[in-house]
Amino acid sequence: MIYQIPFIAVIGLIAVGMYAILFKKNLIKIAIGITIVESGVNLFLITLGYREGGVAPIYTHLPPGTNIPEGMVLPVPQALTLTSIVIGVAVLALILSLIIKMYRKYGTLNAYEMRRLRE
Amino acid sequence: MNEWITHAPILIIAIPLFAAFLTPLVDRVSRRGRNALVFIAVILTLILTLALAKDVFDHGLRIYTLGGGSVDSTLVTLPSGYRLPVRIILEVDGMSAFMVVISVLISFVGLLYSFSHIKENGAGKYYTLFLLMLVGMLGMEVTGDLFNLFVFLEILSISSAALIAFYARGGKPVEASIKYIVISSLAALFVLFAIGLLYGEYDLLNMGAIAKKISLAGEIPFLAQIAFVLFLTSFALKAGAAPMHMWLPDAYGEAPGAISMVLVAATQASLYALLRVCFTIYGAAMDTAVIGGILIILGLISIFIGVTMALIQIDMKRLIGYAAVAEIGYILLAVGVGIFELAKGEISDYSMKALQGGIFHIFNDVMDIGLLFLVVGAVMYVTKESNLNKLGGLAHSMKYSSIFFIIGMAAVSGLPPLNGFASKILIYESVYKVSPLISIIAILASMLMLAIFVKIFHSVFMGPKLTEYERKDAPRLMLCSMAILAAIMIFFGLFPDFVVNNIVNPAVNALVKNLPYISAIGGA
Repeated sequence: MIYQIPFIAVIGLIAVGMYAILFKKNLIKIAIGITIVESGVNLFLITLGYREGGVAPIYTHLPPGTNIPEGMVLPVPQALTLTSIVIGVAVLALILSLIIKMYRKYGTLNAYEMRRLRE
Repeated sequence: MNEWITHAPILIIAIPLFAAFLTPLVDRVSRRGRNALVFIAVILTLILTLALAKDVFDHGLRIYTLGGGSVDSTLVTLPSGYRLPVRIILEVDGMSAFMVVISVLISFVGLLYSFSHIKENGAGKYYTLFLLMLVGMLGMEVTGDLFNLFVFLEILSISSAALIAFYARGGKPVEASIKYIVISSLAALFVLFAIGLLYGEYDLLNMGAIAKKISLAGEIPFLAQIAFVLFLTSFALKAGAAPMHMWLPDAYGEAPGAISMVLVAATQASLYALLRVCFTIYGAAMDTAVIGGILIILGLISIFIGVTMALIQIDMKRLIGYAAVAEIGYILLAVGVGIFELAKGEISDYSMKALQGGIFHIFNDVMDIGLLFLVVGAVMYVTKESNLNKLGGLAHSMKYSSIFFIIGMAAVSGLPPLNGFASKILIYESVYKVSPLISIIAILASMLMLAIFVKIFHSVFMGPKLTEYERKDAPRLMLCSMAILAAIMIFFGLFPDFVVNNIVNPAVNALVKNLPYISAIGGA
């Protein structure tokens, strides 16, 4: 059970994020929703990489008594997560800058009032 | 072969990437130097791409391992004796080469167009983003690694979102851009989630290696099935298939003219990812009837919604955006029929023909719709107006543009002797195998498409001269870029056999017979 809690959290985070994106009108809340989904996905990747008792594969900082190389983990998911976090920051920065432009133009953050394209 | 061609797969990504970050620096010194730099970068990429494509079409798959060394040196042997590939590997097969040629060619034409279109102060940033967009497309198309695919997908989304909002002074481009970035980043996150699921199942990120595992097992485990669904929806969303098309007309309608055209190529890159996932990763164990059926339905909905929504638009760029949805529908329909027919044992002639039509139509779609976007962009450049009810009589002053519009219009509605006819006839005469009704809908939609474009042509170019618009044609460089596209389209239309045999067939074979792609990576 204890090992499944992170996966339940992943589903929970993605569901909360999707709820915010789908049902919230405020653009800032939509941006927050995207970051929550992203956190969920990152948590999923990092959970996949967890091995009980494994250590990071850094030869100079191994705890004494580690089996080489059986005790080490292959750090691919961690690398993926770092990359994904960096990309997420870029996306969030772009969304927020667009929202700022939008607010200056329309004077509101309500997505339902910004539908000039629908005309 | 020559030594340098082995490095072509990474060079076509590295050259535009390097030039992209050099552009803002050179821009501070001189505008002319910046234009020269961007032009040289793209033309170098174009030459390398053509050489690489020729090599791949002649000799088959080409692999490049990042970090050097042979493919076998990428395998990591675990203590348990289990060997798995961990490095990033670029794999260029016929399909990748085909897509890469499309992307670079369209970017080259778009770049020529942009030189005379984009005169604003922020042009340095425009070209940086333009090159990043090219990098994103090429990266998606040559990579053999799933995570790498995600990274390039995000590079593509971020740069295209910023370019859609290039004319940020009006509110509308920003609105379209927000829609695009929210939807595409969400799609990309679900792609990442699916990659995580596959990694959890197989401990692999390399597409070929995962495909090998799936084909050895002969069945798809539950987690990988969920991953498949996520891939399918996310990439179909990014490709703009109805009913996930709502961002597409907005984005196409508000972006600068050349960017609308390059965006079409960008949606094709997502379509490529969809095909790669369907055929290569899950190809061996895929339930072809179900997946083919889903693609056929998506295609029919896209054709129907695209054409009917286009009929009622009054903004000409949005109208072409909806026509682009319908064209994506044709590709999905043909590919869906191709997969559907695969279900019945061996690869049948119909399946092969449908796939040929679909893959050929990828090239034709991006050129036809692209040419129309260029002409419409030129009209907007001259008149600063995009409302069909206000425009009129432009054929008096914009002679060449109106000729190019006629060519694009005839091609997109599938009239002989242009390229649109060459691929659509392949689609018509293969999809009726599944149901004659599909062929009828496809032909009917083509006719409606002609009606739509005759409407634009009539209201924009025909009629008496209107005094409020400047009486001049588009700048020469714009006309030149349109002429390049029109020339290729006429060539494709006149010699479809040559194109199908030399360019399309290698791509189709690479998709259907995916064994070389899979077995290129050792391990497991």
